[in-house]
Amino acid sequence: MAALTAPRIVSSRRDYDDSFTLSRFLETGGFSALKKALGMFPEEVAAEVDAASLLGRGGAGFPAGRKWSMLRKSPLSYLVVNGDESEPATFKDHYLVEREPHQLVEGVIIAAYALQVSQVFIFLRGEFALGLERVQQAVNDAYAQGALGQRIFGHDFSLDIVVHCGAGAYICGEETALIEALEGKRGFPRIKPPFFPAVTGLYGEPTVVNNVETMSNLPWIVLNGGAAFAALGEGRSTGTRLFALAGRVNNPGVFEIEMVKNTFRDLIFDPALGGGIPGAKALKAIIPGGVSAPWFGPELLDTPLGQDEVGALGSMLGSGSVVVLDEDSCVVRAVWRITKFFSRESCGQCTPCREGSGWIERVMYRLEHGGGRLEDIDLLLDLCDNIAPGISWPPQQTTICVLGPSIPSSVVSAIKMFREEFVTHVVNGGCPHD
Amino acid sequence: MSHLRPDIRHRAEELVSLYPRARSAMLPLLHLAQEQDGYLSEPAIVEIAELTGTSAADVRGTAAFYDMIHLEPVGRYVVGVCTNIACLLNGAQEMLDHAVRSLGCAIGSTSADGLFTLEETECLADCDRAPCVQINHRYVRTTTTQAFDQVIDQLREGQLDHEVPSHGTLVRVRRQGGLRVSREELAAQRSNAAAARAQRDAAKVEKP
Repeated sequence: MAALTAPRIVSSRRDYDDSFTLSRFLETGGFSALKKALGMFPEEVAAEVDAASLLGRGGAGFPAGRKWSMLRKSPLSYLVVNGDESEPATFKDHYLVEREPHQLVEGVIIAAYALQVSQVFIFLRGEFALGLERVQQAVNDAYAQGALGQRIFGHDFSLDIVVHCGAGAYICGEETALIEALEGKRGFPRIKPPFFPAVTGLYGEPTVVNNVETMSNLPWIVLNGGAAFAALGEGRSTGTRLFALAGRVNNPGVFEIEMVKNTFRDLIFDPALGGGIPGAKALKAIIPGGVSAPWFGPELLDTPLGQDEVGALGSMLGSGSVVVLDEDSCVVRAVWRITKFFSRESCGQCTPCREGSGWIERVMYRLEHGGGRLEDIDLLLDLCDNIAPGISWPPQQTTICVLGPSIPSSVVSAIKMFREEFVTHVVNGGCPHD
Repeated sequence: MSHLRPDIRHRAEELVSLYPRARSAMLPLLHLAQEQDGYLSEPAIVEIAELTGTSAADVRGTAAFYDMIHLEPVGRYVVGVCTNIACLLNGAQEMLDHAVRSLGCAIGSTSADGLFTLEETECLADCDRAPCVQINHRYVRTTTTQAFDQVIDQLREGQLDHEVPSHGTLVRVRRQGGLRVSREELAAQRSNAAAARAQRDAAKVEKP
């Protein structure tokens, strides 16, 4: 049975149809966390986030407090909020920007106060047309309420937030590519080091980039204390998290559940969550953490949903997405589509990623559509080894950003787990599912 | 002579004023140009270059990187069918094949009547309603081919103008007012805050 006793921290208003309106937000405690935060010293607010051990919710899982502490010495210039959610099958930020936009804005103002930044940019992917409307409306509302602009709620702190619109590029979710896009350029990830925008960020100035869900946790943490947040979950994975469940499940959706206390089995099969697989078909594989993550077989269903728990088994919790493949799903077709995605979205700066993604996609295409050869299977592994030598996890990096090293995950997982299906595609001269 | 209509030109100038550097307004301005023309026309490129302090080549080169920016004319409605993993597992290929037949145009092309442009898209982050279809970047949530055809019929009859507005992601996004805090004020606030914090840090050191 799933453990569902934890409070909803970022989706507390989900049962209200008007959860995106100012009136509902104010009726349900809106801005009380901001008012409390403004009565504290900025470093006290930051200390609560530290005490919460809040891990960044974007995908890498870097502790938000530690990211912030890198700016302790140098006065920070910009806070950029990453709402460019584009990892396939990830749709939790979509929920937050459309359904709880005021909570996001309140969290952002709290973060800006804790960091004492001068200006905030909320970067949303361009495909979120409605999300852009609602977050902009929430920003307009915050100005009108005195929660933004000059001397917020009478305190000695002033701030502007600009809502920025992306234009369709997966790579802009990478924080340095996002900064390039925000500077009005192509979304090319920047060469590291420096590893963090805290050193050289927007316009070359110190910048923190935080995910939408990370920001949305802040009002609750300020109101209830970092310790209360850290009391939820286990180990390094504190609090709750939004999981986006999709693929072959009866009840796909975004679910906020306590970290570690629930397993993949709970998420997929509990009647209050995923509700099992249509037609009671057998589960074939799951893709935890987005298509950049290595796959799990049914034998790992009882793995707890925690950062280190999933990491120890050679994959990642990543973006909080979970995709279910059932017995009728064709893994070759799935891998072909995933590699086609990476091939389309590679920015083209680095040879292993640019050439490797296209090459792998073409091999996968011929396997799926007829014309594949038996030696293609080892060719795929060799190509993957060239992109991320050793094809281990976490992957070795031959490229500026992690897009390239993410390509082998699905290819290698599928060959390891379902090699005979690749062989069948070759022998059959195409997909047996067609 | 401005190519952008006065109202759009006005919004473009407002957008530029929100950023410390004009070029940062590039992507929003590309969306505004498409709001007027449906695609990124040559005169709009020249005007965006002027507004952002860049060259036409910069604008063209930047725009080409981004999927949502069209460098050629498109239909009144851009229909995007996602075929990425979650949608693929739930019949996206069948939906896309159906859309080709139903709209009468190949992927990446526009129907003869100029109404529809069909695109195969990457994940649109609406995976619990797969396969996902967006029209002019509005989720229409037609997960069956019958529902898809219904929406297309309604669009042909002009009945969905509210649900599916015309081009331009920012067509209904309006910021009220420009920046409220000047850069000088922000700089002063920052140095005051740093000084106050240094004082508190020093006080802590003295205590023991």
